[in-house]
Amino acid sequence: MKNLDANAYLELSRLYAAYAHAVDSGHWDLWPAFFTEQCSYRLQPRENHERNLPLATLSFESRGMLEDRVYGIKETLFHDPYYQRHVVGLPLVHKVDEDGTIHSEANYAVFRTKLDGPSTVFNVGRYIDTVVPTPEGLKFASRLCVFDSEMIPNSIIYPI
Amino acid sequence: MTTQTVFPIELKWESEKSSRIPFMAYTDEALHKKELQRFFYEKHWCYVGLEAEIPNPGDFKRTAIGERSVVMSRDEEGVIHVFENVCAHRGMQFCRERHGNRKEFVCPYHQWNYTLKGDLQGVPFRRGVKQDGKVNGGMPADFKTEEHGLTRLKVASRGGVVFASFDHGIESLEDFLGPDILHYFDRLFDGRKLTILGYSRQRIPGNWKLMQENIKDPYHPGLLHTWFVTFGLWRADNRSELKMDAHGRHAAMISTRGTGGKAAQVTQVSSFKESMQLKDPRFLDIVPEPWWGGPTAVMMTLFPSLILQQQVNSVSTRHIQPVGHEAFDFVWTHFGFEDDTEEMTQRRLRQANLFGPAGFVSADDGEVIEFSQEGFEQKPFHRTLAELGGREVENTDHMVTETLIRGMYRYWREVMEA
Repeated sequence: MKNLDANAYLELSRLYAAYAHAVDSGHWDLWPAFFTEQCSYRLQPRENHERNLPLATLSFESRGMLEDRVYGIKETLFHDPYYQRHVVGLPLVHKVDEDGTIHSEANYAVFRTKLDGPSTVFNVGRYIDTVVPTPEGLKFASRLCVFDSEMIPNSIIYPI
Repeated sequence: MTTQTVFPIELKWESEKSSRIPFMAYTDEALHKKELQRFFYEKHWCYVGLEAEIPNPGDFKRTAIGERSVVMSRDEEGVIHVFENVCAHRGMQFCRERHGNRKEFVCPYHQWNYTLKGDLQGVPFRRGVKQDGKVNGGMPADFKTEEHGLTRLKVASRGGVVFASFDHGIESLEDFLGPDILHYFDRLFDGRKLTILGYSRQRIPGNWKLMQENIKDPYHPGLLHTWFVTFGLWRADNRSELKMDAHGRHAAMISTRGTGGKAAQVTQVSSFKESMQLKDPRFLDIVPEPWWGGPTAVMMTLFPSLILQQQVNSVSTRHIQPVGHEAFDFVWTHFGFEDDTEEMTQRRLRQANLFGPAGFVSADDGEVIEFSQEGFEQKPFHRTLAELGGREVENTDHMVTETLIRGMYRYWREVMEA
């Protein structure tokens, strides 16, 4: 097992920050590019995660599925427009494999602001990630969002 | 010119029919309490869960009937009981965990303890406390534990699905559902053991009836859920039937995915993109199952508390738990069957992306319910118009009708005497 040196940690932190920046920007097309082609993206209530129940609120198994979701957000899913704002904690690195794969996690909080309402806490949880080096920089091979906010305030449309 | 009374005092229907539903039916707290009494707490079987959620003796699940917290437990003999989560002593909602395993239930306030059936076993200091040769306190001599158990509900289980009622004089579950609805219930729950895949929970800020109506309304899927149409899963000319029980309270929307004709002709959605393909078609990797017996989707509404979903390979129960007149919790339990292959389990999980609080064809249902409620609240003197297919209540062999909504409100008016 390797350690992550300061520069590599900075690069990982930059990935986390850039992801939050992208999913809060309203430019949903930016989102799939953070993942590898054969990625996993799962948004799962904590109760299912802790009880080893496989159901996720969203469960995508390829970048193509993420692109399909983007299409859904933009073209087919009727929803009340809202802003979202991610606040993401520092990544905690659990392990680095010999090939450079990073196993890390970070807490997150997402606030939602509807056009005529106050900002509210929308979804809080943690990211449990596998990050791999690629020629285009670090990418998520998997991102599991385990959320405490199990009683979803109506619906989740945009990527967490 | 006279102005309209914005806040009516009494519920007013425009006629004896049920096709124009007063907004006030969704906005009035007193009517809401009357609904809880007449639909959730009397004469109706309400959903509590699946037997597979509590497979072992001592297992329990906390849930709700209407706005009353209840616990479903399995006793030492394997029998399922449902009791109200209110201590007989000081009324505390003693069960806080959502699920678990217990030998007994103990209210932490004063340690009143109950069996897995909900019977009171004992109370501390019942015989008082001896001090200096005399007995202090204690319960009165005529106190009997058997008179102070938890409120126990009548339980009915069929095909692994558990219903309960506070009303011990209620008809049988089978009579409650009626033969036509029972047929489709048994199609889904045909005796195979169920496996629990997991839960989704959402709080939808709208009246609980709107969710029943949403699943009694085959008008909207092809129009609101353009994802369905875009990727060919839903079409207004799908072979379909709408069936109700004799009261019009329960319903089944039965449809079979069609292939003929150009979609734009039947959807009338101008933005329809005929050539649209999924980047990853596994979302719709549909494999017909023998138990379907033809239909590719059967959506059932069991009044008042439950929706049963079979949409191709995705199956779930959806539990309606009102929270005041203006909101309800909607709890989804996705399941599979014990004989599912690993591939089928993965398929069910993948298709679950279509449903639930973020689902491609479900997230928007919660949204429109929220904004319907907003419309009702601002204009409570007005009414909805559910007259597609006429003003009568009848089973149909097509989907271009709101007959099931009319059926539900015909029943609502009878029971509510309103």
